[in-house]
Amino acid sequence: MRENDSMKILAFAEQRNNRFKKTAFEVVRAARTIADQLSMEVVALVVGEDVSSIAPEIGAHGAARVIVVEDSRLGFYSTTAYSKVVAEIVRQESAELVFLPASSMGKDLSPRISVKLDAGLATDCIALRAENGAIIATRPVYAGKGLIDVRITSQIKIFSLRPNVFSTGSPVRLSCQIEKRNVALTDDDFGAAAIETTSSSGRKDVAEADIIVSGGRGLKGPEHFSMIEELASTLNAAVGASRAVVDAGWRPHEEQVGQTGKTVSPSLYIAVGISGAVQHLAGMSSSKYIVAINKDKDAPIFSIADYGIVGDAFEIVPALTKELKRIKDA
Amino acid sequence: MRILVFVNHVPDTETKVKVAADGKTIEKAGVNFMLSPYDEYAVEEGLRLREKFSGEVVVISLGDDAHKETLRKALAMGCDKAILLKDASERDSFAVARSLANYTKEYSPDIVLCGKQSIDYDDAQIGGLVAEMLGMPSVAVVVKLEIQGRMVVAEREIEGGHEIVHAKLPAVIMAQKGLNQPRYPSLRGIMDAKRKPIEERTADRVESKVEVISLKKPAPKAPGKVVGTDTSAVGELVRLLREEAKVI
Repeated sequence: MRENDSMKILAFAEQRNNRFKKTAFEVVRAARTIADQLSMEVVALVVGEDVSSIAPEIGAHGAARVIVVEDSRLGFYSTTAYSKVVAEIVRQESAELVFLPASSMGKDLSPRISVKLDAGLATDCIALRAENGAIIATRPVYAGKGLIDVRITSQIKIFSLRPNVFSTGSPVRLSCQIEKRNVALTDDDFGAAAIETTSSSGRKDVAEADIIVSGGRGLKGPEHFSMIEELASTLNAAVGASRAVVDAGWRPHEEQVGQTGKTVSPSLYIAVGISGAVQHLAGMSSSKYIVAINKDKDAPIFSIADYGIVGDAFEIVPALTKELKRIKDA
Repeated sequence: MRILVFVNHVPDTETKVKVAADGKTIEKAGVNFMLSPYDEYAVEEGLRLREKFSGEVVVISLGDDAHKETLRKALAMGCDKAILLKDASERDSFAVARSLANYTKEYSPDIVLCGKQSIDYDDAQIGGLVAEMLGMPSVAVVVKLEIQGRMVVAEREIEGGHEIVHAKLPAVIMAQKGLNQPRYPSLRGIMDAKRKPIEERTADRVESKVEVISLKKPAPKAPGKVVGTDTSAVGELVRLLREEAKVI
């Protein structure tokens, strides 16, 4: 490393189908914030098949330089090939910090990069702060029932950031330098590779959604989830479910929120007919605002709800949907 | 087929976290421990592979003597043999993975199975770390698994959909809920498990790279307000969400 080079943070900017995920902006912005405190430089990395055209968009969120690695075989995600590319660029840049999203892609990539670079890894961080030149990361454990502060002791340090927690900010730079790099990949580097992706018919995923409407056993049967779906679609929200209703087979497990499902942090979480078992609360209590609709006034969900309606979900939910539609149309 | 399954012994989902005197770990007294749920799917999948392709299922855990309870459960479900890598210290995922990788190399499995994450530290690292340490492919968050010759065809969950992944054996597969429905140990299985071997070894000493400074409970939320008890409260709720919370 040249002596005058400032230290670098490499921010992995996740894209799928040539569109940046929201987490890409969150990761670059979080890197920018830390870089400003520690006088570091932010380098964003975009990996994919044909992604040069989207690169400037990520630079605007706080990276002075954006490195693009393109290969026709990188159109689909490959854990082995992508991790090779990221580790190679970290080495070329002598980056000391690596930020990734704790998305399904980032969670899969980060342990591999950690081994390649002999670097400690803190996954699913919800806060980062610089303290005496070091970074302290806060991450949830026991599905959010506890929070640990950790420090990484290796030379290179990797942090994956929980989606939906860090701000994307607004664009801060007008220009950035885009550099194309080649990383030589052989067929052996594609030891595990996706060959196809399927999407769940336009459904929003609870892990990414800004608003979630969840239903529980209080709905009495799978057929009554139509009112949850209708409320969700009015709010452009994802549909979530409690473990009880997933285990009963009413809803697919992708929708399960809680310790053995997904841990979520939306702006608004509406819990309908969910009593609030410890393991459910663990998965959603970090939501910014929580609304509970339940006929049992003693249900634990009310202890963490910002707003509650103690009443019959079968009357309140349709009325709520109707009111929201009325406002939308007004 | 040589099948190796990593399992962890963790506080059950009903556990309320209490910080221990060291300020860094949870108070274990009064806590019920169990086989980590995602690891249970891994054990089940291992047993199903054995039923299909024959061979053996070895289950391994790193930790103190208490982990034997979880290993016995896996044996009762039908695993052939268990290994306990004894270690009573706190170590990070990297250090756990290194010891598991050393054993995996020695055992030389056709497939390694583990949960997508352990529900204590929720790190979701072990499978990927071990795979990389041994130069093996891996697939995480797997909800469907098929073996075709020396090829794995796995379906894994991603945001808003699934990815179909091809990987060459030997590979590491990290199980997600939905992969299968784990069996309950039969009475016979429980009896048999008592006679099955648990081989104890001292885990290699490996240095951690992540140091825990403190464990805290999240700040309790201030109690919210009950807006009403019937549909007449809906208008006020919407107003609060728009004007006070500003989330819709």
